Amino acid sequence: MQRALVIDPGKCTGCKQCELACSYVKEGAFNPSKSRIRVFDFHQNARFVPYTCTQCDEAWCQQACPTNAITTDAFGVKNVNDNLCVGCKVCTIACPFGTVNYNVATGKVIKCDLCGGDPACASACPTDAIAYTDVEQAGFDKMQAWAQKTDAGALQA
Amino acid sequence: MAWMRKLLRVNLTTGNIVEEPLNMEWAQKYLGQRGLASKYLTEEIDPKVDPLSPDNKLIFCTGPLTGTSASTGGRYSVITKGALTGAIACSNSGGYFGPELKFAGYDMIIFEGKAEKPVYLTVIDDKVTLQDAGDLWGKSVWDTEAAIKSKHQDSMMHIASIGIAGENQVLYSCIVNDLHRAAGRSGVGAVMGSKNLKAVAVRGTGGVKVDDFMEFMKTTEAGKKVLADNAVTGEGLPTYGTQVLMNVINEAGALPTRNSRDVQFEGAHDISAEAMAEPSGKDGKPNLLANQGCFACTIACGRISKINEEHFTVVNKPEYWHASGGLEYEAAWALGAATGINDLDALTYANFICNEQGLDPISFGATLGAAMELWDLGILNSEITGGLELKFGSAEALTAAVEATGKAEGFGAELGMGSARLTAKYGKPELSQTVKGQEFPAYDPRGIQGMGLTYATSNRGACHLRSYTVSSEILGIPEKTDPLVTEGKAGLVKAFQDATAAVDSAGLCVFTTFAWTLEDIAPQVNAACEGEWTVDTMLEAGERIWNLERQFNNQAGFTAADDKLPERLMKDAAKTGPAEGLVSGLDVMLPEYYELRGWTADGVPTNETMARLRL
Repeated sequence: MQRALVIDPGKCTGCKQCELACSYVKEGAFNPSKSRIRVFDFHQNARFVPYTCTQCDEAWCQQACPTNAITTDAFGVKNVNDNLCVGCKVCTIACPFGTVNYNVATGKVIKCDLCGGDPACASACPTDAIAYTDVEQAGFDKMQAWAQKTDAGALQA
Repeated sequence: MAWMRKLLRVNLTTGNIVEEPLNMEWAQKYLGQRGLASKYLTEEIDPKVDPLSPDNKLIFCTGPLTGTSASTGGRYSVITKGALTGAIACSNSGGYFGPELKFAGYDMIIFEGKAEKPVYLTVIDDKVTLQDAGDLWGKSVWDTEAAIKSKHQDSMMHIASIGIAGENQVLYSCIVNDLHRAAGRSGVGAVMGSKNLKAVAVRGTGGVKVDDFMEFMKTTEAGKKVLADNAVTGEGLPTYGTQVLMNVINEAGALPTRNSRDVQFEGAHDISAEAMAEPSGKDGKPNLLANQGCFACTIACGRISKINEEHFTVVNKPEYWHASGGLEYEAAWALGAATGINDLDALTYANFICNEQGLDPISFGATLGAAMELWDLGILNSEITGGLELKFGSAEALTAAVEATGKAEGFGAELGMGSARLTAKYGKPELSQTVKGQEFPAYDPRGIQGMGLTYATSNRGACHLRSYTVSSEILGIPEKTDPLVTEGKAGLVKAFQDATAAVDSAGLCVFTTFAWTLEDIAPQVNAACEGEWTVDTMLEAGERIWNLERQFNNQAGFTAADDKLPERLMKDAAKTGPAEGLVSGLDVMLPEYYELRGWTADGVPTNETMARLRL
């Protein structure tokens, strides 16, 4: 089973517990600027939106990497091999979503690797805005909600 | 660990900026934030200094847990001698500014002196620079944040600034960060304005570490579970925000109404959390759009709201049609009940203006309530107010007054003095609902007796956040006490004051204490910090901090005679509700309190008390 982070911005309160968890796991310190997941505050629209790598099937970061430092594991996760990464940042340009970023402190790029199957951000989220679920069922909760909303029979009843 | 062990000292007169090691001996005695910065302030300034003179200092300080994943670990405080009160001021704020300062590598910034021209400080990791603020002066908080982010091409900066209220040294102007979180009370914004300091903009890329990570994760996870499982922090505050209290306190007969003439407001429901959630306006959306948590907060009591576009306050002002920080309970009370106004959209607008221009809505609303009583008595008239009709219940008056007060224009300049100075000017000082010059908040001491002692003895002037006995007296946390009696309240207030001082100094939010006791908090602090942090050492630190603040105020010229409540609360009985017929029993509680504190009958800590607390 392949799993993915499923993000529901409607539930996010902007507390950044995900950024704190991610940065501690990856950097050994509470440091949101190094978090692989980031929460954006669209204040005037009253929306907080967490965003991170979605582990593209055909990953442009991977295809652009000149040293083959980005590999795909059995679960579809794109991992950066620090021994091969030369810090050229081409992947940061290739990624359409901006979710691969350069870390000045190490000279390597950093991105979400789903923490090897137990993503710290999802565990840390207090409102279930970030869930880690089967990719093939990722939309089912939304479908269920819409199924109920659009059920003509119930609306007539 | 947890502390960054560094502070910045910025001399605005000379432009000199130095980095100093944090005094870790003091950190072990005063923890951080409120306690530690109070220690620095009291060591460095003359208590008799004019708050608005260059000799006063302005300290921004975080706590050891600020910037960590402990729930609510995102606070900072501004400590100075208060412009409104002349007492020690400590105003606490959330949002994201405090953690960012630690990510840049600093626990604290001490501002000294006064800049010749308007300036702002940028702290971009270890690059710390005073910048010209000539083009920012005159801008609102909202425009200032946008302008600084744009100028430095960094949308990730977190900024604390003053609006035009602080520039004009309105005596209850505040410092606002992240658009709508504020170090709100006692006029800390006026002190910043007096120093020609417009803003502090911070960006940090470093991290905060803790002493024992595994233990920290274990204790903070346990703490988060306690918050999630608690009825107030897990359900009431997330669902309704602090506004959950409006109907509760009104029913308890403790909602100060129309400058405390009444203790219940017939319009309470119209301005309550429940009303915020009801559909309104042409799009059918409610006033409340979303909940917001401050940094690391798993409670998320913050509200993001909007004003009905057809409402008279904004119908011709599309710039206010967006969402922003919405009403919390104290603001809704002050702007609404204290003035007798039940128009939710008008309150939301006034609250937006308070955030935008940097005004404390508690002191503003309560001062307006006092002015409305002066109007009602015929002492103020439209000749004096420049056409402002200050009738109780008038949303139009609220709207015009809040705009004029920020700008210090016309009668707004008089409203900006606060209710103590305003009522004294017009010969009715007894109408001011203040202690030590600061307007009291949303709990009437006739209906919640412990809050009378809380207000009277608060070191920063009347305040609910120094000992929130409402917890016990109304909500039954940690155990229910009778709000209408004075028995046991001296001990209750002292216990709450000491514990709260410790929580405020750790970097945590006091709202956690609806669910947490120090039994929950001390292990988190202990895992993060060097030293031995137990319930006992934290309580002792809290008591030490309380006495340090008291000592400063005594040296500043305050005496036991200042530990008193407005005449109305002592003489005019509550007219309705459960407290009908009651006045405040402060006279009974105060001597007992002094004794429990180890103070003389004149409210001065004895030598034994000072020695016991190693002061």
